[in-house]
Amino acid sequence: MKEFGYRRADDVSGAVALLAAEPEARYLGGGTNLVDLMKTGVERPALLVDVRELPLDRVETTPDGGLRIGATVTNSDLAAHPEVRRRYPALTQAVLAGASGQLRNMATVGGNLLQRTRCGYFTDVTRPCNKREPGSGCSAIEGEHHNHAVLGASDHCVAVHPSDMGVALTAFDAVVTYESADGPGELPLSDFYLPVGDTPHRETALPPGALITGVTLPPAPVAARSRYRKVRERASYAFAIGSVAAALDVRDGVVHEARLAFGAVASRPWRARAAERALTGAPADAAAFAAAADAELAAARPLPHNGYKVPLMRNLAVAVLTELAEETAR
Amino acid sequence: MASAPPSTHSAITLTVNGEKHPLTVDHRTTLLDALRERLDLTGTKKGCDQGQCGACTVLIDGRRAVSCLQLAVAADGREITTVEGLADGDRLHPVQQAFLDLDGYQCGYCTPGQICSAVAVIEEHAAGWPSAATDDVRPEAGPPELTPEEIRERMSGNLCRCAAYVSIVEAVARAAGERTGGAADGAEEAAA
Amino acid sequence: MTTATTGRTTRKGAVGTAHTRVEGRDKVTGAARYAGDIPFADLAHGWLVLSSVTRGRIRAIETGPVLDMPGVLTVLHHGNAPRVETDYVGMLGAPDPTAAVFQHDRVPHAGWPVALVVAETPEQAREAAEALVVHYDTEPHDTALDGDRPDARPADGHMPAVTEKGDLAAELAASAHVVDVEYRTPEEHHSMMEPHAATAYWDGGRLELVDSNQGTTWVQGELAKMFSLDESAVRVRSEHIGGGFGSKGLRVHQVSAVMAATMLQRPVRVVLARRQMFSLAGYRSPTVQRVRLGADADGRLRALEHRSLNQTSTVYQFVEPSAGVARVMYDAAAHRTANHVVPLDVPSPTWMRAPGEAPGSFALEAALDELAEKCGLDPIDLRLRNEPETGPVSGLPFSSRNLAACFREGARRFGWADRDPRPGVRREGRWLLGTGTAAASFGAGALPSTALVTAEPDGTFTVRIAAADIGTGARTAITLVAADALATTPDRVRVHIGDSDFGPAGIAGGSMGTRSWAWAVGAAAAELRERLALGTGIPPEGITVRSDTTEALASLAQKERHSFGAQFAEVAVDTTTGEIRVRRMLGIFAAGRIVNPLTARNQLVGGMIWGISMALHEEAVRDHTGGLYGADLAGYHVATNADVLRVEADWVDDPDPDDPVGIKGVGEIGIVGAAAAITNAVWHATGVRHRTLPIRPDRVLEAGGHA
Repeated sequence: MKEFGYRRADDVSGAVALLAAEPEARYLGGGTNLVDLMKTGVERPALLVDVRELPLDRVETTPDGGLRIGATVTNSDLAAHPEVRRRYPALTQAVLAGASGQLRNMATVGGNLLQRTRCGYFTDVTRPCNKREPGSGCSAIEGEHHNHAVLGASDHCVAVHPSDMGVALTAFDAVVTYESADGPGELPLSDFYLPVGDTPHRETALPPGALITGVTLPPAPVAARSRYRKVRERASYAFAIGSVAAALDVRDGVVHEARLAFGAVASRPWRARAAERALTGAPADAAAFAAAADAELAAARPLPHNGYKVPLMRNLAVAVLTELAEETAR
Repeated sequence: MASAPPSTHSAITLTVNGEKHPLTVDHRTTLLDALRERLDLTGTKKGCDQGQCGACTVLIDGRRAVSCLQLAVAADGREITTVEGLADGDRLHPVQQAFLDLDGYQCGYCTPGQICSAVAVIEEHAAGWPSAATDDVRPEAGPPELTPEEIRERMSGNLCRCAAYVSIVEAVARAAGERTGGAADGAEEAAA
Repeated sequence: MTTATTGRTTRKGAVGTAHTRVEGRDKVTGAARYAGDIPFADLAHGWLVLSSVTRGRIRAIETGPVLDMPGVLTVLHHGNAPRVETDYVGMLGAPDPTAAVFQHDRVPHAGWPVALVVAETPEQAREAAEALVVHYDTEPHDTALDGDRPDARPADGHMPAVTEKGDLAAELAASAHVVDVEYRTPEEHHSMMEPHAATAYWDGGRLELVDSNQGTTWVQGELAKMFSLDESAVRVRSEHIGGGFGSKGLRVHQVSAVMAATMLQRPVRVVLARRQMFSLAGYRSPTVQRVRLGADADGRLRALEHRSLNQTSTVYQFVEPSAGVARVMYDAAAHRTANHVVPLDVPSPTWMRAPGEAPGSFALEAALDELAEKCGLDPIDLRLRNEPETGPVSGLPFSSRNLAACFREGARRFGWADRDPRPGVRREGRWLLGTGTAAASFGAGALPSTALVTAEPDGTFTVRIAAADIGTGARTAITLVAADALATTPDRVRVHIGDSDFGPAGIAGGSMGTRSWAWAVGAAAAELRERLALGTGIPPEGITVRSDTTEALASLAQKERHSFGAQFAEVAVDTTTGEIRVRRMLGIFAAGRIVNPLTARNQLVGGMIWGISMALHEEAVRDHTGGLYGADLAGYHVATNADVLRVEADWVDDPDPDDPVGIKGVGEIGIVGAAAAITNAVWHATGVRHRTLPIRPDRVLEAGGHA
């Protein structure tokens, strides 16, 4: 880790100004990903601007019945918040499925969205990686990739986004708000992450130096009946190999509205819109759920060793949607 | 002689176990290293230095955190509790006593982190926080019971390679039971 | 949850009664100081630089810019490091030259240590180490282990490479049922929680090392030979050890710390980073094992062949003797076992908890289960039908063999009698359920040791022995044994361990530690009691007696000496997601007299959980470049708390007839057979035989099963 400066930001505009003045600066939130990346040499900032004490640490209900979540709200506080648990239970479940109690106490909502892939080639500076070092090549395509992307990847990068929280947020149409040198702005989470293409090092559509100030969840009555399920290679404290966030509104045995998002299959939390389209108006049964999952997974392009993710995601989607449908029936 | 420190260092005050420690730290110094190398509080252990094992768990402002990913400079002004600060004089904290009585360890290296984590787990549960093991997280479902399954999930951020997990869960259950004044959960014959 | 102690004691005293750890208070308060915890004035910090290429030569090391960095004191490398001796035989044989750092420019594997940067602070050392530019000439590498390698060769390790009797082809041909299968286990890492750490300094012409190791006199001897010093000029201390599992012997951290302390003439500490441990701390080699079994219609074995292949490095030969387990467990008219190795451009493997037995029992006990299925026999019946009278290879009598008692007790408590043998027929929600069993064995031995026992004027006793408590509870066990031998109570016995100045002693390894040390302490205590019986009074310095068990151990009769056990597992498998949960495990062991039921149970259960971890989680992935992928504790999965549901261990009465206390050892038997019991249970749940570990979700999904 090289030496670096440290400033604790007093307010949002001050933080943004500090970053505008130093291109090699990074915002420091909980540090659970950034400090690790600094230790491994992936990140080598000249200045850290500590934003953890900015007054962005509240979860508030919006007048229209949604939620506004401050960027420095910790993962723990988000998961424990009664309104999150009541209105978006899958979001609480997703956050609680991630990391450990210690890390959730430190990690912030803003930082969670900006965390980097845990691809072992990205975090090993001795290996080629297009995301870390553009043009150096992708080690995973010919190497170890059993937990890499099957959707939306490219010949340049097949890494997956590690967030659990983001999967639920994307299912619920979250909008990211930010502050940049040009003033405030917002990005729907669906537009927040850039396609991989030949620029895997460019991950988000945030303007340079922008600070995430929060996430807004629009009202979504369907989310009150939602679930997150995560499959991993041990029972806890591991990244997903596949996860599903789903919400279902069934009326008279027919799907009135469905939300579905996949985790650990792409460079970003993957909103399964094709599946949602197939579900809407379909009977709430396993056959329709499977058909909807297949509609989404038709675009899957597995590598030699991650083909299992296609049946895994299909089975997971069917299982979670079936559970939700049974809950409705009760 | 006393020139202003370079911008790569800062003068901070670490408040650890109620005691204030003025320090000038290299910004690269983690809270873990500051505790161990500067304050000689070596009870907090370095297992992986990457947030992947939990051995360095301390309480920051009453909440558990991994001190290896916490920069010391960013901990300026926050209240830190380490394993050295849990006992009341010669009287062990109930979690410490339960780990000792029920053999909730083997080599002991993950133990300070396990104990700090367990202290926080009991508080988090008392505050009504759900976990990934909680079947229904909606507030209407009420606070989850601190079953062995809940303890296992909540303690999973603390690896124990000796794999003393069975007795760790017993120890946490016993300490939690003492806190609420109820009967201790879990079998305890092993301590007979 | 564990159940009540049922270990039977044959005499009153401290041994056999649960006792909390004597150092427990220090461990729960953070007062226990491990190697990296002890402060030194003027301490310098070393950080190792590892090769980023898999094979080749170091062309140049650009030390200049790094030496100009703040706080940097020196950069040690092959161009300036002191020469050391490696042509010697230590306590456990010839040394792995990996530990003899910076002796040449060759890079034999990825992660080979090429330099040590020493600086005033750890942050400075780490940054400088990362900034050090090393140029390499790379050479083609070969890191692929497979069962067909023509260069695989039979190799002796701590046992002969090959044993054989009878006509294998003929017996197989005459068998009613034949099993012929290949099993694979992956590269596994010890991953103890405390990284290797050593501080070296010179004190008045004497080399002092504060270290974390499994035997202070072992490391003392190795360092003395390597640096051509008299053993009395080297002192090694290791008071608390944060786990070892076979990895904590002589390694690069001690040797490089000694080199740097010698050059700088100040204390130098070298601690391995977690990622470095995956290249420098040894590991269990992956294995490819072929098992061929032939049996009569009634399940009696006619033919048994177990062939194991493991990789080793090009600089050191380590044999993972997986085929050795059959030499103890089962007899057959034709019986062939062979351990093979192939040298590859990989780091040197080493001992890891139950070396040989852990992977070997997985293959052999899974094959037995497959044979039971073919024979239509209950797997326990099949094993009991094949209980040998004497050592299948040696012909020697067993000192005791209580495997059958373990199976009977285990079957009763596990509820085995109610088991429906058909696979894939039990469902509970999304889970398919199954149960499995396997046998376990591990050698019971002892190493020569010396001990000092002192009667103090105040009526208390002090024991000094260069033992190592790596988490086994050895310090407490020695206290209990000493108390009984001295006819006093444990609170009147102080035990000091982990200091090479206490004289030669066996290591914490091979499940031999407690037995070796208890023997020496008991012998010294017995003689001390005789001295005290003379009633001459105790002088201020006390009365000290020294024992040495070398002769007593040498005079032991040749026998097959082993612990045995029966493992049971119940698993739940979701074949739609690939998830497996081990719902409960029960292990019943015949492992000698149990000195401290509290800590022994913890050890046995810990070993069984290693079996869960081995069966389902652990796998270090080495890709085609020969480098590791995800070499950290997020990438290398060991079992977490949530992976462990009900795991119980208990024992049957089985005192070793030739040990003064009746001890056999409990450190390793817990893992033996555990992975096989789980694998067999997965078959019972799903109808699918998984022969490659770990049984990851993707492998379950790809194998399918009764959904």
